[in-house]
Amino acid sequence: MDTYVSDNELRTVAEGIRLVTLQEFAGTGSGHVGGSMSIVETLAVLYGSEMRVRPEEPDWPDRDRLILSKGHAGPALYATLALKGFFPKEMLSELNQNGGRLPSHCDRNKTPGIDMSTGSLGQGISVAIGAALGNRMNGSDSTTYLILGDGECNEGQVWEGAMFASFHKLDNLIAFVDNNRQQLDGYTADVLDMEDLGEKFRAFGWFVQDVDGHDCGAIRRAVQAAKENVGEPAMIILHTEKGYGCTFAEGVVPNHHMSYTPEQIQEAIANAKNRLIAAQAEV
Amino acid sequence: MFTVRDSFETSPVLMRDAMCKALTDMAADDDRIVALDADLIGSSGLKPFFKLYPERAIQCGIAEANMIGIAAGLSLVGKVPYAHSFGCFSSRRVCDQIMISAAYAKLNVRIIGSDPGITAAKNGGTHMPFEDMGVLRSIPQITLIEPTDPVMTDYIVRKLANEYGVYYIRLVRKETAAIYEEGSTFEIGKGNVLQDGRDVTIFASGIMVAEAMKAATVLKNGGVSVRVVDMFTWKPIDAELVKKCAADTGCFVTAENHNIYGGLGSAIAEAASKSRPVPIEMVGVDDRFGQVGSVDYLREQYNLGAMDIIEAAKRAIARK
Repeated sequence: MDTYVSDNELRTVAEGIRLVTLQEFAGTGSGHVGGSMSIVETLAVLYGSEMRVRPEEPDWPDRDRLILSKGHAGPALYATLALKGFFPKEMLSELNQNGGRLPSHCDRNKTPGIDMSTGSLGQGISVAIGAALGNRMNGSDSTTYLILGDGECNEGQVWEGAMFASFHKLDNLIAFVDNNRQQLDGYTADVLDMEDLGEKFRAFGWFVQDVDGHDCGAIRRAVQAAKENVGEPAMIILHTEKGYGCTFAEGVVPNHHMSYTPEQIQEAIANAKNRLIAAQAEV
Repeated sequence: MFTVRDSFETSPVLMRDAMCKALTDMAADDDRIVALDADLIGSSGLKPFFKLYPERAIQCGIAEANMIGIAAGLSLVGKVPYAHSFGCFSSRRVCDQIMISAAYAKLNVRIIGSDPGITAAKNGGTHMPFEDMGVLRSIPQITLIEPTDPVMTDYIVRKLANEYGVYYIRLVRKETAAIYEEGSTFEIGKGNVLQDGRDVTIFASGIMVAEAMKAATVLKNGGVSVRVVDMFTWKPIDAELVKKCAADTGCFVTAENHNIYGGLGSAIAEAASKSRPVPIEMVGVDDRFGQVGSVDYLREQYNLGAMDIIEAAKRAIARK
């Protein structure tokens, strides 16, 4: 994966990530399909365009960092990192395998390019704040990116962090909520309705933008606007579909963690290939 | 090497002041050092640090979970954080943040939990941690330290600036007995034999060390030869020393300002059972909650005095 400029190119990156993520899932029989599919376009924008990283030097101190606080979307990030060149694509077959380096939830000590171990929800925001504060103290111009789940925003720690980040004017922190409207037990509106998350973060003093989370161009423009904004942490609410682009997951409730048959996953992979070809045709 | 004082008067230096002085001294030459607090700098003694190094002092407000996560994140970019709250709120309240954001992620975080056990005194049961070390002891690879006096506190706080891992420092905030001479050095993970003896070993920690020394003197006058060990590191426990003391003295008393379930007594019993089991009598809080009171009153309430150690030593010896 190189660095891309055009929106259509980024779309091909996203569809490539989607395809490779589904190929990863083919080896497991079950997994966090829904939340992996909904975050694909954002990962394409970050690693295909906006983040400063060195795949050949994952621990480069001046890199931008991503804290994937909704750590269950690890499979999508692993696909992204493999495509970017952080590790060989063959390693993707280790997803959830005994002794493998790609656990269900992200682990910074196992996988090259993973910046933080996550999965116990609510904790990533505080770690991202710490990294952003530390970078500011160190005089580094690195940006810290953070991806939260909408269900994750049930956690009180998210709001402790939200208060802190705006009070300390952490404008080197750019956060996203993957607002896919579902959590494990069903629709967020039914489990614990968070209502308008954008309004909530705005009330907490953040620079908030709402975008279509499956529109790479819109996400990229929002990230660029966030980078230019001064004096506030940035929040981009991604309006997404949980399971987006996966034939057996999209529109299914619940689809947080799913089992699927070999036929289902092969059909999803074939469909993803067609999506990729269609996206490539538009470049 | 350490030198034990001849007598154990109350130290003129408060523990919190020793901690803050060590931290500010280290911070002068090391811009990695960061202090965090959760609306308690008026209690923790960190005010001088916050005044001297405002750009490296982080007031987190009453949000301890966020504070631990921030400390972990700071260490991601090379900072060396020391985060303080009262012991209850820097252990049981943030157990999962310490477990996942700090320990599981293998980051570099020091946590100071103040007012251990009965030293929480007038703050009472909600603020009286008899469980902090027990809660944290099951976290893999964490190091748990209870400094004994200001000399040790100074040494440990400085030493930890150049170590890597997750450390919990259980710190009395105010007065303690002065046990060690200035200039003493210590080894994390190794118990200090303060006094040798052959009939029984007393493993003590924190405010119980001075009580153990008092008890040893009384027992000695009664013809009992007592070894006293300051077991200031609860994890990793000094298993070699436990084994040696079992062989040399044949029975133990453990003395801790903590619940005996999950605390120092448990740690020593585990170590002894793996090497050389001996009778063990545990002086500590017997599975009770805290309450309001003066330290002296609470010491009596929870049976944490020298007399309790003396009686326990007699029982342990009788069981040999």
